[in-house]
Amino acid sequence: MSEGIKKFMFMNTKAPYGTVYALESLEVVLISAAFDQDVSLAFCDDGVFQITDNQKTDGSGMKNFSAAYKALGDYDINKIYVEKESLEERGLTMDNLMKLTYEDEDDDWAEKTSMYLVTRAELADLIDEQDVTISS
Amino acid sequence: MNFTLLINEGPYQHQASDTAYQFAKAALEKGHEIYRVFFYNDGVNNATRLAIPPQDDRNITENWAALAKEHELDMVVCIAAAQRRGMLDADEAGRQGKDADNIHPAFRISGLGQLVEGGIQADRLLTFGD
Repeated sequence: MSEGIKKFMFMNTKAPYGTVYALESLEVVLISAAFDQDVSLAFCDDGVFQITDNQKTDGSGMKNFSAAYKALGDYDINKIYVEKESLEERGLTMDNLMKLTYEDEDDDWAEKTSMYLVTRAELADLIDEQDVTISS
Repeated sequence: MNFTLLINEGPYQHQASDTAYQFAKAALEKGHEIYRVFFYNDGVNNATRLAIPPQDDRNITENWAALAKEHELDMVVCIAAAQRRGMLDADEAGRQGKDADNIHPAFRISGLGQLVEGGIQADRLLTFGD
């Protein structure tokens, strides 16, 4: 399989700060948008913290890159899966997360959500559908 | 089968690069192909030409360089990850006004697009990391 569009999923499993994995994963995601592939993101384990709302890094000296997730819709990346069990295990709900949206060009540019709450089993099925899964 | 390998951890601290090297060697011996080896995150440190491991230990960078020479492997170091970590080739050192460079000539510096393209072109992309 070397021709055509592939399904790429970027799995985010680590907290946004503490290690550089989240930031450098996001950099790959943004580059991947230029290749016209079928790109999705998944957030599970501590990765759900990457898209929590109102992140503040003042005092820790870390670069706050969370606003970049809100730009994903502009890159036509609008399939963002959040694992339900990972939220619950951390006392979080979708209300604690940023509202990630995109404008649907097939529906008069209506603003629609990019986020899908999925169970661990559903996420496993989604992973199974992918051609390329890059996890960090 | 045609593989792209993604290596996300640096040498010695993690076994990821060793495992990837052993995989690449075994796959090539079995007649498979390696489309590209892409070094990202701390994996870029595998490309240093200045490491001096003890003589009774493996030299990870030289292992990769030898394998690449034998099989004409395309070994790519992510430029953004490399620059953050002070990994420069001679051209980049000149451009950035730095007085030294440290990337082994068996590796080349390029962008993240090479990783995505590697995922598109290969039958399988394998990640080696934590």
